Amino acid sequence: MTVIDLLSFDSFVVRAVAAGLGVALIAGPLGCFVVWRRMAYFGDTLSHAALTGVALGILLGVDPTVGIAGIGLVMGLLLLGLQQQRRISTDTLLGILSHTALSVGLIVVSFMDTVRFDLMGYLFGDILAVTTLDLAWIYGGGAVLLAALAAIWRPLIALTVDQDTAMVEGAGRLPVRLTFMILMALTVAIAMKVVGILLVTALLIIPPAAARRFATSPEGMAAATVLIGGTAVISGISASFIWDTPSGPSIVAAAALLFALSLAAGLVTDAAHGRK
Amino acid sequence: MIGLSLIEIRDGSLTRGGRRILDGVSIDIRPGQIVTLVGPNGAGKSALVKVALGLEILDRGEVRRAPNLRIGYQSQRLVLDQTLPLSVRRFLTLTHSQPVTLLQQTLADVGVPHLLDTGIHTLSGGEWQRVMLARAILRRPDLLVLDEPTQNVDIMGAVEIYQIVARLRDDIGCGVLMVSHDLNVVMAATDQVYCLNGHICCSGHPADVSRDREFQRLFGPAAAATLAIYPHNHDHTHAPDGSVGHGDGRGHEHGHEHHDHGHH
Repeated sequence: MTVIDLLSFDSFVVRAVAAGLGVALIAGPLGCFVVWRRMAYFGDTLSHAALTGVALGILLGVDPTVGIAGIGLVMGLLLLGLQQQRRISTDTLLGILSHTALSVGLIVVSFMDTVRFDLMGYLFGDILAVTTLDLAWIYGGGAVLLAALAAIWRPLIALTVDQDTAMVEGAGRLPVRLTFMILMALTVAIAMKVVGILLVTALLIIPPAAARRFATSPEGMAAATVLIGGTAVISGISASFIWDTPSGPSIVAAAALLFALSLAAGLVTDAAHGRK
Repeated sequence: MIGLSLIEIRDGSLTRGGRRILDGVSIDIRPGQIVTLVGPNGAGKSALVKVALGLEILDRGEVRRAPNLRIGYQSQRLVLDQTLPLSVRRFLTLTHSQPVTLLQQTLADVGVPHLLDTGIHTLSGGEWQRVMLARAILRRPDLLVLDEPTQNVDIMGAVEIYQIVARLRDDIGCGVLMVSHDLNVVMAATDQVYCLNGHICCSGHPADVSRDREFQRLFGPAAAATLAIYPHNHDHTHAPDGSVGHGDGRGHEHGHEHHDHGHH
């Protein structure tokens, strides 16, 4: 394979990089809200339910992405409903939903031995097998998703800082929280093409955590998150290509490395300030 | 006078998670009036505030608000997540854009004119209370609702915040509903104190103790003019489970019936 082959649009490497950067662009701003709103566990619940979505999608003959987004939405609504009772706390509810969804997904999949089903591919992602249709999902769905997020951005930030105060100031009139839940379900559906069901949450929360130190505004943090996520994607794919490591885990490991570097940079600057 | 009230809650009851939080509570806030809500932890003060704000709906009873009532609210629970970077300027304009001159003027009004572009995570407890107060008054509210505005502030800081609130009330003529965690020392400018413990235990005016020698020695003359003692006048006591029993037999001065508790 020559360099020209590698960089032609048909090349799986170019498709992989394009898919990865697209997902970093979407997951960045959404991931910031996951961190700000402390919803990491909700991200896990959505992604664990995704396996059921994939299986249902295949059984019903629709695109797995539709199945995943649909099941994610069901999970979100189920959670909102269950939160109305106050005896069992949200993290317990999420634990129940998350592991039930994963178990149901695995059971459904076990009945599907007549269909070719790449379980490992769904669990850990296979970015090097991204198709042109996947790219269409990532960029088409991503554009809609980011436009919707931009539309609710301001009230969502206000509600994230403090829900009661924002409501009193009139920010709660639009169904902002429901919209955000739909956007999260869609993001998980799109992002799991790159890193897989078990690692989606990592892609949502590690880049924002690494970006926090460099930001003084919510928008700045979202931008820094996209940059760090993109860097992690390119580093991870390169590592996967050079050393033949699994792509999803390589991207997450690269993101974790960037987080460690940001942490170290923080310790160094804090120490420098301390000496003054 | 009912038509003049900013907010009137009549016989409001609220049950959450099987627990009766509010029981037949009636309060009334008028323009330019400062109402202070005192009571022990878990007395339902914040719940009553949420009812007034429309964030909680009563199970029984009635809430009347003046039409187009604009409320400025300072929440007690507003704790910022360290992961969300935010400047004071941004915090003040989260839901509505405002001209910079108004932002600066408002910060000056609460005594922190230099903080506009400071990150909110670096503020001290007193500065943070003032910035939250600035956000509450920014849109010139008809009613200012302050849930423990002197939390994490020392007594002198509290005196300054009370002075700011009293001045604001005079300047924009808003009504003020303030929750205080201190059962006995309240803002001297308070027109009406309600002592809440599920129901209204008693209500009345704070005593004028500003010229009391002991009080002056304790807080200093300036603070003594700003603070006041609220003399509770309960006709009943509360058992540890919150149930009501007979008190020391003093008069039923502020006339309140407790049929539900069966002590009549």
